[in-house]
Amino acid sequence: MAEIMKVHGSVISTATQRVLACLNEKELEFEFIPVNMAVGEHKKDSFLAINPFGQVPAFEQGDLKLFESRAITQYIAHGYAEKGTTLIIPGRPMATLSVWMEVEAHQFDPVASKLNWELFFKPMFGIPTDNAAVEENEAKLTKVLDVYEARLAQSKYLGGDIFTLADLHHLPNISCAMKTQVKKLFDSRPHVSAWVADITSRPAWSKVVAMGK
Amino acid sequence: MAVKVYGPATAVCPQRVMVCLLEKGVEFDLVHVDLDSSEQKLPEFLLKQPFGQVPVVEDGDFRLYESRAIIRYYAAKYEDRGTKSTGLHARRESSESGSKVTPTWSKLSRRKLEKVLDVYEKRLSRSKYLAGESFTLADLSHMPATRYLISEAGLGHLVKDRKKLNAWWEDISSRPSWKKMIDLAGF
Repeated sequence: MAEIMKVHGSVISTATQRVLACLNEKELEFEFIPVNMAVGEHKKDSFLAINPFGQVPAFEQGDLKLFESRAITQYIAHGYAEKGTTLIIPGRPMATLSVWMEVEAHQFDPVASKLNWELFFKPMFGIPTDNAAVEENEAKLTKVLDVYEARLAQSKYLGGDIFTLADLHHLPNISCAMKTQVKKLFDSRPHVSAWVADITSRPAWSKVVAMGK
Repeated sequence: MAVKVYGPATAVCPQRVMVCLLEKGVEFDLVHVDLDSSEQKLPEFLLKQPFGQVPVVEDGDFRLYESRAIIRYYAAKYEDRGTKSTGLHARRESSESGSKVTPTWSKLSRRKLEKVLDVYEKRLSRSKYLAGESFTLADLSHMPATRYLISEAGLGHLVKDRKKLNAWWEDISSRPSWKKMIDLAGF
């Protein structure tokens, strides 16, 4: 498709960052349209017309409208497979990649998001942190990262031998978590720690970080 | 050799896999896992699925878990067989099915669920199925949890009160693969 891609979102939204990271990895041109969430722009009819759930990001290309960051990244990765970084693996290895994309979405994200909300965003918005929630979710994240440590001891990246969407999807929440006390959970696991250092130093990700400054 | 599916036939996530395999005419053996006694948390099971959850699929020496990854694999592998349920549309829409419809009990949760179902109602007034005019993984993914909502959570009225949603459910739950799955689950 030759039409320009448009991403509606916020630079501090982890889900928006997920899509931006993907577009950068693929070296694709796009238009970023900021959504002013502080004034509830994402709940207004004009935005709901693109994402009826009133969440960022939303994506447009011609008359194609998408939402759900991981559906958007998969559309981009498959649709532009030949461009920029290969974020998918053809054939049977795609199944393993798929497993780890689901693991990120269902095992990692709910816990990491909750911790980031309590330890990073709440202080930013002047809302008191719920310490019980932090303790509960740190315990959950510990268990998840133990599984990751075992996986990364056998595989260079989560989905296989190369950097793929399975790793990329983690970038926004890991980047945020590394600015909080949760950093220690990543640093104390050698394979996880090396993987984090590797993926967060990718130029495509650094560009996303720069947008937020 | 038949594909092995580990999990109780009565649980939502194994059912998601079972329906897909039935749609694609892939033979499988169901290996029961006793969730009541936490069999899925035992060391032997953790070797198969490190998060201690069902389902797990073993296909020869190939092992997969996470039901949505499993169904995407089989739908792509057998794209030409049975129902055509893959393609761009299924891929881009199927993520939505994730956590938006899960069985919940509290009043607040029920209100959230109703808001979500309102969005589905609007969507289904524009297209016959969630991703377009054909049945895809996007619809299939929703089936086990929707059945649970209606039959076990007593929230059937939330579906019946929404004309398009109800029509969609009547349609997809009359599919032969679904009826076979209900049989296997003993419902």
